[in-house]
Amino acid sequence: MSDKLIKIVRFIGLGFLEPIIRLSRGEETKKNLTEILKKIVAPLASTLLFILLWQSGATALYNTEAEYRIEKAFKDQGQKAADEMTACIESGEVNCQPNTLPSPSQVKASFNSLLKDHKTISADKKAFKEKTADLNKKRIAEGKDPIVYTGRPSFVDQIITSIKTVFAGFLLAIFIAVPIGVVIGLSETLRSSINWLIQIFKPVSPVVWLLLVFMIVKTLTKDSDADSSFIISFISVGLCSMWATLVNTVMGVSTVDKDILNVAKVLKLGPFQKVFKVILPSSLPLIFTGLRITLSVAWMVLIAIELLAQSPGLGSFVWEEFQNGANDSNSKIIVAMFVIGIIGFLLDRIMLTIQKFVSFNKNEGA
Amino acid sequence: MALLSKNKRPDIITENGIEYTSKVMLDLQDLKKVYPTPKGDYVVLEHLNLQIMKEEFVTIIGHSGCGKTTMLSMIAGLNPISDGRISVLSNPIKGPGPDRGVIFQSPSLMPWLTTLENVMLGVRQVFPQAKKKQREDICKYYLSKVGLEGSFYKKASELSQGMQQRVGIARAFAIKPKVLLLDEPFGMLDSLTRGELQDVLIEIWNKEKITAVMITHDVDEAIFLADRVVMMTSGPRAKIGDILDIEFKRPRSRKAIIEHNDYYKYRKHLIDFLEH
Repeated sequence: MSDKLIKIVRFIGLGFLEPIIRLSRGEETKKNLTEILKKIVAPLASTLLFILLWQSGATALYNTEAEYRIEKAFKDQGQKAADEMTACIESGEVNCQPNTLPSPSQVKASFNSLLKDHKTISADKKAFKEKTADLNKKRIAEGKDPIVYTGRPSFVDQIITSIKTVFAGFLLAIFIAVPIGVVIGLSETLRSSINWLIQIFKPVSPVVWLLLVFMIVKTLTKDSDADSSFIISFISVGLCSMWATLVNTVMGVSTVDKDILNVAKVLKLGPFQKVFKVILPSSLPLIFTGLRITLSVAWMVLIAIELLAQSPGLGSFVWEEFQNGANDSNSKIIVAMFVIGIIGFLLDRIMLTIQKFVSFNKNEGA
Repeated sequence: MALLSKNKRPDIITENGIEYTSKVMLDLQDLKKVYPTPKGDYVVLEHLNLQIMKEEFVTIIGHSGCGKTTMLSMIAGLNPISDGRISVLSNPIKGPGPDRGVIFQSPSLMPWLTTLENVMLGVRQVFPQAKKKQREDICKYYLSKVGLEGSFYKKASELSQGMQQRVGIARAFAIKPKVLLLDEPFGMLDSLTRGELQDVLIEIWNKEKITAVMITHDVDEAIFLADRVVMMTSGPRAKIGDILDIEFKRPRSRKAIIEHNDYYKYRKHLIDFLEH
């Protein structure tokens, strides 16, 4: 029973829980205690160290900024203004706080306020929906568009939008890169004739892709009132991130074990069977390695693209907060940074788990 | 060359046309293989003639790089012929096909399939009209014959090399080929496993009597399995140097053969040729 549990825990990448499970069963106490020290205590200690460094760095920056302000007040307006400034900063007044790297406690406070904000907004939304439900029914019956909530999205809404965009882009990347990769991988002529195109487009920056997609989508969606910023950002994400999958698929398909191909030849498998029974399964591990890279690239460029395309999501959240320049903007940006990082990490974990699942050689992958 | 002239087979060359074709399963005529290189053509094989009878087991022995594997892959249809002719039952071959089953040096199983599915892949191709149950029975029969009763549903990647090669043997026999081509199938195994697999192979072959051509480096293996041992000269321009008939009765037991007086005569003959 718990052997199975350990297997599952290992499989989904939570291997650090293994010594706790083993210890709770009273297995090899000493060995498992050192394992716990290595796998749990040590990472916790390093996290603590990180927060300490951050705290001291933030304090140092805060002091520098504060000193600078006091000095400036002194230079411009004399001793009295400097004293006022000192008092103002010490009193914690909002409009004279030094604007610099926020401390961990400030970031935590911002995180809580963002959650609170989300609760308020979603309550607001719910109320709005209930209020308009009857009216909307009537409007639909009359053939009119229903009234929708157009208030400010909360932080959690932004996260959900970003994840939706990244998945749309990721799916687009799969549907473009895998079939093309298989076709190119199968034919050496095609490979050599298209390779230069891939090599040239692969290193192109996300910004340029965004502009290219913008040019095309803007013209195509001129007459429709569809949400073009979403379309633009997910297509750009797909185009930026698909290259890893494309290259890996081509490689996987073109390097299928020669002996296995000979077996297919001797058995006289038809082209369809050859592709679906032999070539695709045998290149699946490489394709999934590519997909994993694609997803992490997609998440990375998504933030930049949202930031530029002004489409809703975490990227524009960061950009708006930066432009906003409110007192807690900086700490909100840091909250967004951690959220982006953690979601990216989780996405990678999910892909790794799937990759392990399809890989027929269980020793492969890491 | 003494033994060659002693050949008691009534069915080679001297026979009249009808009998000749009725007994010859695999016919190589004036076979030639040339690889073009920047420095001019490299002739691997030239003027290679060999007739292999129905239900005959022939082993081919020779030094590394003499073109044995090239010859076998030409028979399999995986490697184009430069000149000459290969025919199976007097029909010239056109590319690879399931009438010539191949057991490769590496097991070359699909690692993502189970052993049963690996064998099934070929069986489905050869018996498309058979019912699923029938096909499964064929696969299971041959897998049991090679000693894999308990491993039908194991993934090929979970098996040891020796086990995998057993699946390779089952897969080749299950498609009921006219000719079985074996390209040093036990070359990568340790000597204990090799012995086991030789027994497995010869046991299933004794039942099926499928004409077999096997390449080997191992003199003992060549004698133990074969009706005739074909010795090839070293390349380039390799051809058949000598043919030795092994006249032990079948079914053979390893122990009896090793104790037989002729065994050392055969062995000496082969080693003399190879060291020559």
